Amino acid sequence: MKFEKIESKTVVIAVDNIDTDQIIPARYLKAISKEGLGEGLFRDWRYNPDGSLKPDFPLNQASARGAQILVAGDNFGCGSSREHAPWALTQNGFRAVISTSFADIFKGNALKNGLLPVVAPAEAHTELLRTPGAVVTIDLASQTARLPTGRSFEFPIDSFAKQCLLEGVDELGYMLAQEAAIAAYERAHPSLVNTRSA
Amino acid sequence: MKSRTIVEKIWETHVVAEPPGAPALLYIDLHLIHEVTSPQAFSMLRERGLKVRRPDLTIATMDHSTPTTSRELPILDKEGAAQLAQMEKNCADFGIPLYNLKSDKQGIVHVMGPEQGLTQPGMTIVCGDSHTATHGAFGALAFGIGTSQVGHVLATQCLLQAPSKTYAIRVDGALKPGVSAKDIILAVIAKIGIGGGTGCVFEYLGSTIRGLSMEERMTICNMSIEGGARAGLVAPDDTTYQYLAGREFAPKGAAWEAAVTRWRKLASDDGAAYAHELKIDAEVLEPMVTFGTNPGMGIPISGAIPDPASVSDPLAKSDLTNALKYMDLEPGKPLLGHPIDVVFVGSCTNSRISDLRAAAGVIQGRKVNPKVRMLVVPGSQQVKKQAEAEGLDKIFREAGADFRESGCSMCLAMNGDQLEPGQYSVSTSNRNFEGRQGKGGRTFLASPLTAAASAVTGVVTDVRTLL
Repeated sequence: MKFEKIESKTVVIAVDNIDTDQIIPARYLKAISKEGLGEGLFRDWRYNPDGSLKPDFPLNQASARGAQILVAGDNFGCGSSREHAPWALTQNGFRAVISTSFADIFKGNALKNGLLPVVAPAEAHTELLRTPGAVVTIDLASQTARLPTGRSFEFPIDSFAKQCLLEGVDELGYMLAQEAAIAAYERAHPSLVNTRSA
Repeated sequence: MKSRTIVEKIWETHVVAEPPGAPALLYIDLHLIHEVTSPQAFSMLRERGLKVRRPDLTIATMDHSTPTTSRELPILDKEGAAQLAQMEKNCADFGIPLYNLKSDKQGIVHVMGPEQGLTQPGMTIVCGDSHTATHGAFGALAFGIGTSQVGHVLATQCLLQAPSKTYAIRVDGALKPGVSAKDIILAVIAKIGIGGGTGCVFEYLGSTIRGLSMEERMTICNMSIEGGARAGLVAPDDTTYQYLAGREFAPKGAAWEAAVTRWRKLASDDGAAYAHELKIDAEVLEPMVTFGTNPGMGIPISGAIPDPASVSDPLAKSDLTNALKYMDLEPGKPLLGHPIDVVFVGSCTNSRISDLRAAAGVIQGRKVNPKVRMLVVPGSQQVKKQAEAEGLDKIFREAGADFRESGCSMCLAMNGDQLEPGQYSVSTSNRNFEGRQGKGGRTFLASPLTAAASAVTGVVTDVRTLL
């Protein structure tokens, strides 16, 4: 699937260091497929212990419906390597997260699932935090995000990841095509262990 | 020749291809898998008609969803049982060795690998688990990956990877009694914050690190991810080789001699350059404890809970305010003496035999406070067996603690071992995120010594008062 330009209102969770345990709690990790993980998204921030919705939480507000861009605080996605985090986000319609930084493993997982991690400079980020619901345009090809006030910024992205998203390149297919190089490496480097020997 | 770090040396010997405009294709020497982050990767293989390229470089165990009650009992949680059954099927279908719940080698993936001698210096090791950095204690480049990448490694034994920056963490000086490896790493994370190492691999250096046992080094490397670094490592030395010699999968005979010769060349060269550097004086460290809802929110145990009023950045201020609200703690107050409900000794951070010995040493001749539930969960069946041989299980049980079967248990509370809403734990695990140990539960991270001391008194306790 090719990654198209995004034009969407934002939903803002103004919290730093949002960890993947908050994005999707561990009890949702017993699944053996990717299906149905969407309901686990921010579960314990969205619901009271009695199961009722917390009306104040940004994702529960009517204005959040249909938002494809999540704006969050610094160091988004820290903690566990669970890919269930981007699965839960995309199953709720999110296509991009804007923050000032992302945890390494989350960033890699997001890119593999068509979820764009957008690093914003401090001033633009502050403006986004202050204006929930702002309609933001994100153009991956030019690596540019545009805010309704006219402010725009360029965001960094690894060139290979960008190409994969824009052209819908299958990363595993690309790797499998390097069979000759992998086989040559294996001939030159004997295995260090044999897990089947014991 | 240019001075290189150990990370650069390992990297250079594992590059399969480096096409222009694309990340390097990096060869993976050992792939560890478990039941939680692998099922969707196996489904992908089946959908695409692919096989596992190197089942002989892959090994599986069960740890996250596994009950820690008697192995004789059926698994009551249907979802957990289904996940374990799927792991059995996936390993059988694809020819991957599995240490299941009947195996005497079963254990937390990051305890099992080293104790079997699978984890060796100079290797690249991955696992669908962020605490894979643990294996860095042996001078391996080891890091956590997502499920898509688990699929990539199963199919190709390679990863697409860009090199990381290196971050030197130098720890020098002698540790004071009651201060342990866990306190070093909690102090590091408190200093740099949980995003401080993003984009980096930590290399732990200095006289204190050299003096640590392999199990202590594993505790430190394990929590590299809590400092934001995907990997953390210690160059191998005689301590490493002594630990490895004779283990099941370690090289034997002439192969062993050749391996040690190779491993001795791995250490970073004099003059190697690092992108960042941090120095820690071990002499002044105290036992550390966390008060908040991320592992960077740590203080020396005699310290005061920080005051949000003293923080200027608005989001950082609200972060701290929210953390104290969740934890129901008051700024400016000490954490010492705060009542607790549960003590958990376990997890891939602190569930090895030396951790159990440390905790048992404090517990011996004392009782667990009647208000406290203490769980001791060995990291593996091998650790459990060793603990039983040394009589540690009796020490724990006679003191009133619960000595259980091996697994991840209350570190992430997937298996039924969990806090009740509002409860406080002192835990030797690695994360104190909201709800991590059970919905509404509140976690104080600390060392096995601090955990055991707190179990005895029923409040957060400085172990040095009991030594």
